[in-house]
Amino acid sequence: MGPEFVALSLTPLLIGICVAVACALPGNFLLLRRQALIGDAISHVVLPGIVVAFLLTGMVATGPMLLGAAGAAVLAVIAIEAIRRLGKIEAGAAMGVVFTAMFAGGVLLLERSDTSSVHLDVEHALYGNLESLIWLDANGWTSLTDPAALAGLPVELPRMALALLVVAAFIFLFWRPLALSTFDEGFARGVGLRTGPLGLALVVVSAIAAVAAFDAVGSIIVIAMFICPPAAARMMTNRLGHQVAWSAGFAALAAILGYVLAGYGPLWVGASASVSAAGMIATVSGIILAVTAVAGPHRTRGS
Amino acid sequence: MLAEALFLQLGYNATLVTLGAALLGIAAGVAGTFLFLRKRALVSDAISHATLPGVGLAFVVMVALGGDGRWLPGLLMGAAVSAAIGLLCVQWLTTRTRLGEDAAIGAILSVFFGLGIVILTVIQTMRVGQQAGLEGFLLGSTAGMLRNDAILLAVSAAAVLALVLILRRPLELAAFDPGYAEATGWSLGRIDLAMMGIVLVVTVVGLKVVGLILIVALLIVPAVTARFWTDRAGHVVIIAGAVGGVSGYVGAATSAIAPALPTGPIVVLVGFSIFLMSLLFSPGRGVLASVLLHRRYQRRVHMRQGLLALAQGQPIFEALTRRLMCRDGLILPDGVATAEGQAAAAKALLDETRWSLVRADNSFAVAATRYDGLTPIEDVLTPDQLRDVDSRIAAPKAVT
Repeated sequence: MGPEFVALSLTPLLIGICVAVACALPGNFLLLRRQALIGDAISHVVLPGIVVAFLLTGMVATGPMLLGAAGAAVLAVIAIEAIRRLGKIEAGAAMGVVFTAMFAGGVLLLERSDTSSVHLDVEHALYGNLESLIWLDANGWTSLTDPAALAGLPVELPRMALALLVVAAFIFLFWRPLALSTFDEGFARGVGLRTGPLGLALVVVSAIAAVAAFDAVGSIIVIAMFICPPAAARMMTNRLGHQVAWSAGFAALAAILGYVLAGYGPLWVGASASVSAAGMIATVSGIILAVTAVAGPHRTRGS
Repeated sequence: MLAEALFLQLGYNATLVTLGAALLGIAAGVAGTFLFLRKRALVSDAISHATLPGVGLAFVVMVALGGDGRWLPGLLMGAAVSAAIGLLCVQWLTTRTRLGEDAAIGAILSVFFGLGIVILTVIQTMRVGQQAGLEGFLLGSTAGMLRNDAILLAVSAAAVLALVLILRRPLELAAFDPGYAEATGWSLGRIDLAMMGIVLVVTVVGLKVVGLILIVALLIVPAVTARFWTDRAGHVVIIAGAVGGVSGYVGAATSAIAPALPTGPIVVLVGFSIFLMSLLFSPGRGVLASVLLHRRYQRRVHMRQGLLALAQGQPIFEALTRRLMCRDGLILPDGVATAEGQAAAAKALLDETRWSLVRADNSFAVAATRYDGLTPIEDVLTPDQLRDVDSRIAAPKAVT
């Protein structure tokens, strides 16, 4: 845990944890509402949003890209709803049509336009590059109190921490209405809650988490974190509060274990280079889910 | 160039690939229809993402055995095995745990894909891994395909299509009328298994053409498109097959002249354009047809209300009502009824009076359910019944 750890591993680890927890928190409600695949759809449509933002502004800037991605996510949600209602198509199929088409459009735009000069390609969009978010200005733990070094932190860290804060605040503030409308929508409407806007707000908050995370870690880890930790937590408890807590714990555990295994695991078995951290974090979250699905106290229906 | 590609003038390999893609598209469209009607469209997303670790491991194994890691049949076999494992995991999570199918799909697709990425990064560090070209499996790449691979693609696509056509009867039965299928002795579980098997084979064959991220579109989009055109079981299957075939054909042909572009997105966007046209312009379910229907209904309501107002001597203020009636020569621009207008108004009033009698009388209960304020009563009652109703109308009310 020397200066190298602070410079090379601390920030990716923290970013990974922020991403995992920020996605897992709203994931709990999406899972219980049977909207788990919304996360899948959102993370696919973020790509065309970012590409269009890049083509319009001509630069890789955070603001426009976040706006483009958020716009694409909202557009996708509207399109899915429109196709579902107009064509009387089942929600899953409508989703499949929209997100594949938008993703395909994004890929083609990307390949047709000259983005070779900037750091923007399909592989990066899929599995990001968590390992590269290092803190060059750090030279030990003392840097944590050194303003000059702190200014050199990768911009993704404060951004992701902010996203986590927004997500956590939303869930904390709207805990009761969210819980009510998730478990008994009819009753929630009966006591005067506006469940429609609340559901949309949940999707928007999920999109915020996904979009902020996308840039740092790619879309695959986002989908995994939306679903696997909450699903594993679901096997552990019947209480919503406990489930959310478990899911945050599982998400953080997956992020830490995944990063460490990806960075140091190959060294332990004698290989020289590391493997994809995003992929490893998703894999570890799957292993956690597998363990809880086999041994969790509440794994079956009605238990 | 595009014309040449579309008419298969670009050489033997490109022709094979294009025809293979078209056959694959037809098979995917047909198989996807059954999947869509069983409401399990997105299971194919889990299957396709679950192929990645198999592709990677197959490469590693083949290199370890001293062979060429890029041998396509080997890679596809690996893909099939890991896709089958992924499918079993989805089934197991759905039936044995409390997770819903959507959560199981999302979990399996992300975890298997993540594992696949890990294996790909391992391969990149291997000495032979630099030019493995496994990224082509993500988005599909058919340009510059080897002769053997092209033959493999075309033959296996034809085989899948044959398989789908052979199993069409039971699949159709299970998709459109599961209750009847069970009652006549089919096992729904087995039919579903066969359906998933076909989807798996389509996915594996489609890996090289469309890529694993977008193959799900080739299964879903044609089926959804076909639903806009017909409600008949057999027709949905045929139209979906046609849409899928055209997507695969045009996509592969376009990609042959633009090698830099991945094939998958083109195939998907061709299919999506057909879908968009159907969404907008198909008769019956399309947006345009719905809007026209709505407009017609709106006009009929306005016209009826205008005539009733006219009959009761009330002025008409609504601009649209005035315009519609004026256009049909029922009123003059200043709102005064023409002779025609007076006749039509009297007719409307009589109709309304008859309806109110019919609706108040329990013996006409069935006819009364057809009242919507627009249907002329002559369409609902027989002349005899009408005479009966008319006899009950009291002396004409004085128009004040």
